[in-house]
Formats: sequence, structure tokens, C-alpha cells
Amino acid sequence: MIRTRGPVALICLVVLLVGACGGDSNGKPAVRVSAAASLKKAFESYGKSFDAAQASFSFAGSDQLGAQIKAGVHPDVFAAANTKLPDQLHADGLVERPVAFATNTLVIAVPASGAQKVRSLGDLARPGVKIAAGSATVPVGSYARKVLAGLPRDQGHDILANIRSNEPDVAGVVGKVSQGAADAGFVYVTDVKAAGGRLRSVPIPTSLQPTVVYGAAVVKGGKHPDQAAQFVDGLTTGAGRNALQAAGFGPPPR
Amino acid sequence: MAFRALLVTALAVVITFLFLPVVAIFVDVGLGPLVSSIGDPVAVDALRLSLVTTGISLAIVLIFGTPAAWFLARREFRGRAALLTVIELPLILPPAAAGIGLLAALGPAGLLGDELDAFGIVLPLSTAGVVVALTFVSSPFFIRQAEAAFGSLDESLLAASRTLGASEARTFARIAIPVALPALGTGAALAWGRALGEFGATLMFAGSFRGVTQTAPLAIYEQFSTDFTAALALSAVLVALSGAILLSVKLLTAR
Repeated sequence: MIRTRGPVALICLVVLLVGACGGDSNGKPAVRVSAAASLKKAFESYGKSFDAAQASFSFAGSDQLGAQIKAGVHPDVFAAANTKLPDQLHADGLVERPVAFATNTLVIAVPASGAQKVRSLGDLARPGVKIAAGSATVPVGSYARKVLAGLPRDQGHDILANIRSNEPDVAGVVGKVSQGAADAGFVYVTDVKAAGGRLRSVPIPTSLQPTVVYGAAVVKGGKHPDQAAQFVDGLTTGAGRNALQAAGFGPPPR
Repeated sequence: MAFRALLVTALAVVITFLFLPVVAIFVDVGLGPLVSSIGDPVAVDALRLSLVTTGISLAIVLIFGTPAAWFLARREFRGRAALLTVIELPLILPPAAAGIGLLAALGPAGLLGDELDAFGIVLPLSTAGVVVALTFVSSPFFIRQAEAAFGSLDESLLAASRTLGASEARTFARIAIPVALPALGTGAALAWGRALGEFGATLMFAGSFRGVTQTAPLAIYEQFSTDFTAALALSAVLVALSGAILLSVKLLTAR
């Protein structure tokens, strides 16, 4: 008996494992979306109203997700917090032509309660202020460094010296500031809104404000290119645009 | 015959699955680029910090863990089993949960935040915070091993020490520790290995800053997005260190 049962069990196991990778129970195809951490709330809300497929998300720093695609991972959609990463992947032939689908605003997040050590951009340069930022490679970190590069040299240098953690994505910055581990952090205005009262935002002067444009593209070699294209289209025309707007994102540049 | 074939197939699958990623780290870009990437300043800083923080963490684990394990092994008291379970919990606790727990306990807004602040102690975003995270996740590996070793000591040996008039402290230092040394060494090696690989709790509690809180696993994650070869090189060093740790465990337990 054992002689026949063993192999059968093994085959069943393999079939089960392979089966688990396919579509989901209600028969809709599963569209996998790799998206910038800052898009979490907006995309999860969009995913609920997206009819063409069951959208599943992987949120992380855009640079990490881009590196995964370069290393041969094929999600169906890539959505980044800049246009540089999708453009590069397009030039490498890894994704279809990207579309700009939203804009955002960089702000300084501070804890909503407790001692208000930081009330303006200039306060960040004071000695002893602890700042959390994205690492230089993740968009939110590179935007922050652009802001600092626009400041008088000493001030920019002092603020840079106060950065105590280079987080892999904006979620890490939000966590450090809302827990009080850092006094302030560079995040997007949408993150402060999503934090629901735990954070307050201190604005960055318009003259220093970087241009934050989000780009998305269908990944070549993904399993469901049609549904992926529908998902990307919806970001600028349909339910996706509404979800982004509700989360505080601005419309894409015309 | 069919069963034998099945066994061989299963073993081949297991070996390939477990071995391939480790081999790939060394052969994906070749040894040349790997070796030249090891001198990368980010990698050097990260490795140095990893060695310093895991060393301090291991010292703390040994100093507090050894007597604690002795107490747990040599005393009968109510709730002992429950206490052992609590001590072992970090073994299987998700690192992210450990990181959140440390922030909720020792962060500025945490349970002991005001008390720590009164003493001027700031753990998050500091090297001390890394040590705390490493100690939290790695200490059960040592304590569990030490408790088992002290619990299975030859009773006649301890009785003889007592009969000759030695105090418990003397018996502990002169008999128990030397006899249990191989097992203690194994526990220490396992704890060190766990600390060396720590990622999630460190990132959440201590953050990531080169030379201050960015240990080798955090540097691998950061470099992945920009320099895959450098990330591989740093991984290769950790694989070699982990291999050495495992080998020393095997040698210690084989005695």
C-alpha cells in the first residue's frame, strides 16, 4: 500500500502548491501590483472597487521594487513615487511606456502631541533635533535631499547632519516620527493625512518644493497584461483617480 | 524500489532547494567582483558595527543569562514552566512584532519612556538601541540551551561538591559551568548567529544609519536597490560567518 500511496501524496502536494499560485477562489484573475509605500491607502481603496481583477499589492520603497523587477521579478503593474524609476525600466525594456498619474507634496511631519520641537523648516537645523528621512535611493529620501540642496549651504549641511535614520521607505519615516523616536521626518502630505491625527505637517516653502510626480507602467512578462493595463488606465480616468484624490494626491501634470 | 526512489528524489529536492540560494550568492556574479566589493566603505562600516553590537549583546546575554538559567534549572517553583515559555517566546516572535514591542516599551512614547528620559537614556536611533534589539531576539537561544545543560548535570557531581562543603556559588562557578561548557558554547554560538542576522526589530526600533545603526543585514537591504553586487558580497560574508558558527556548534556538541 505504502508503495503506491507515497508518490500519489507527493504529486498531490505539488499540485496543491502549484494550484495555490494561480487565480483566486472567485475566478477573477489576480493582478499583482508593486507600488510605492506612500500609495498604500489610495491603492487599497482603489483595489476594492477595481472590477476587472483581484488586485493584490506589494508596498515598499520604489527603488526596492524597481530592483526586484531588474532582478527578474514580474509583477503586473509597477507604480513608483517618481517617474525616473519607471522611465529607466522602460529604457531597459522591462516595462511598457509609463504614465504619470498623480502628484504629491513633500512636507515635514512632526508628532501631533508632545513637545513641538519643530515648527518650521529652519528649526530642523537646530542642534539635537532628530530627523528621520528616506535613504538617498528611495524617492522620498531623494526629494528631501533636493530640498536641502536648495537651502543656504550651512543650513542644508546642519539639517543633513541631524538626519539620524535613513529608512528604506516612507512608512519607516512615518513610524519613527509617530512613535516619537524622531522629532521630525520628511514625508508626503498624503502620509500625514493617512496617519489620521497622529502627525501634523509643517510646510516646506513653495520655492524649495520639489516636483513629486508618480509614474506607473505595465510590467512586461506579467501574467495578466490586459487587466494590468486596465488598472493603470483607471489611475487617471476612473476609480483610481477618485481614490487618489480622496487620499490627498494631486492630479498628474498636463 | 519505488520507495527508495522516492526517498532519493525527496532528498535531492531538499538539498537543491536549501543549497541553491547559498551557492548562488557566491557564483551569481563570480568571486572576482565579490571580493572587490567587500572593501566597499558602506559594507566595512556595516560589518564593523555588526561585530561590535553582536559582541556587546552576547556579553550581556552571557552575564545575565547564565545565572538566570541556573536558577531556572535548579529551583522548583510554581509557574516555572510558564516562565520558561515567556523566556522562549522571542524565539518564534516575528521580528516586526519584537520591534513594535520594544518601541511600545522603551521608545520615547513607550511604557518606560519617561523613566528612561529622566536618566537621559535614548535608545531608538542609537547604537544602544541596536544592542537592545539584538539582545531581545537572541537571548532565548542561549538561556534555553544553558537551562537544559544545567538541568541535566550529573547529580552525584553536585552532591559531592556539596558534601565537601562548597557553597552553591562555588559549585556553580567551579563545577557546573566547566562541565556544561560545551553546551553553553553552543548556546552562545546560536545566540550570536541569531543576533548577526537580525533585521526587522533593529530597523523598526533603532532605524538605519551608516556607522550608527546600520548593521550588515540592513546594509544588504539598502544596497540591494543600487548595487546588487555589493549586496551579494556582504551576504557572502554573513554566509561565511554563519557557516563558521554552525561548524563550531557541531564541533562543540560532537565532543
